[in-house]
Amino acid sequence: MSSTQHEWPLWEVFIRSRQGLGHKHAGSLHAADAEMAIQHARDVYTRRQEGVSIWVVPAEAITASSPDDKDAMFDPANDKIYRHPTFYKLPDEVNNM
Amino acid sequence: MTEAQHIQAILRLGDDALVLGQRLSAWCGHGPILEEDIALSNMALDLIGQARNFYTLAGARENAGRDEDQLAFFRTDREFQNHLLLELPNGHFGDTIVRHMFFSAFALERYAFLTRQLFDAEVAGIAAKAVKELQYHWEHAAKWVIRLGDGTDESHEKVQTSVNDMWAYTGEFFDADDIDQAGQETGLLPDLSVLAKAWQTRVEACLSQATLTKPDATWAQKGGKQGMHTEHLSYMLAEMQVLPRTYPDATW
Repeated sequence: MSSTQHEWPLWEVFIRSRQGLGHKHAGSLHAADAEMAIQHARDVYTRRQEGVSIWVVPAEAITASSPDDKDAMFDPANDKIYRHPTFYKLPDEVNNM
Repeated sequence: MTEAQHIQAILRLGDDALVLGQRLSAWCGHGPILEEDIALSNMALDLIGQARNFYTLAGARENAGRDEDQLAFFRTDREFQNHLLLELPNGHFGDTIVRHMFFSAFALERYAFLTRQLFDAEVAGIAAKAVKELQYHWEHAAKWVIRLGDGTDESHEKVQTSVNDMWAYTGEFFDADDIDQAGQETGLLPDLSVLAKAWQTRVEACLSQATLTKPDATWAQKGGKQGMHTEHLSYMLAEMQVLPRTYPDATW
């Protein structure tokens, strides 16, 4: 592990698009502080009108599931088709399910 | 304000934007970090877009068959009327960012006035788009000056030198000549003494937060608005103009 930090910390960027309801992960970037991360995210990820709102999160603050646990985490859902809401008829008034 | 002065005033707005846009665009591929490289290129494109709008308008008003390209590529340095600060070489990143802080504080206030004036609705329309862009330029540049000024001993010393070196070029912003005065009387252009106060408020707050020392008042380098430039502009224009001057019919 290096004693001196030569690179700015990594930030994960989440963008909410014009039509979107939630912020979606757009990518990551380097920045020295949160304000700079927002500005860089604006410049890197919203140049083509992709978004109306930006979140930035220090990458080190994210706890990720381990690829080694993939089978135990996700395979058990494979044969439980009844969990999908496809057996129900939604009223038209219900948007955004 | 005569019609000729009115056109000159619009051309000056375009010249400031084009010259700084061309300077900033030279950072493309050379930024200190990828994200900042993109930020500088975005700001260059904002400025070049503003220049295009002002040149197209000036060309239409002039009605002599000159379009934006003619005005950008087929005028000599003596015909450009940008402020001298904007044609200075980029220097290091701190130099570029201090210059951008000085200019964006001025341009932001100037565009804000132009959106409010009622003398020329087309100028107000261009300014309304530009003022949003310059708001971002100001925030980006000012925050960088604060980071560098209040950063390490080395970064502090470097940007303090940038501030000191460029200070003499900021006086020209507020040095009204006959076009500025005529523009102010008709209501197209702002009172530069009022603009100077707004600029000082912004810049002093930024410098103080950056722990930088505001240089003492000094003489102002001027002449750009009258076409009397530093030796740097003609070299920059030579590079910018060589292709259309060599191949006037080139398209892409």
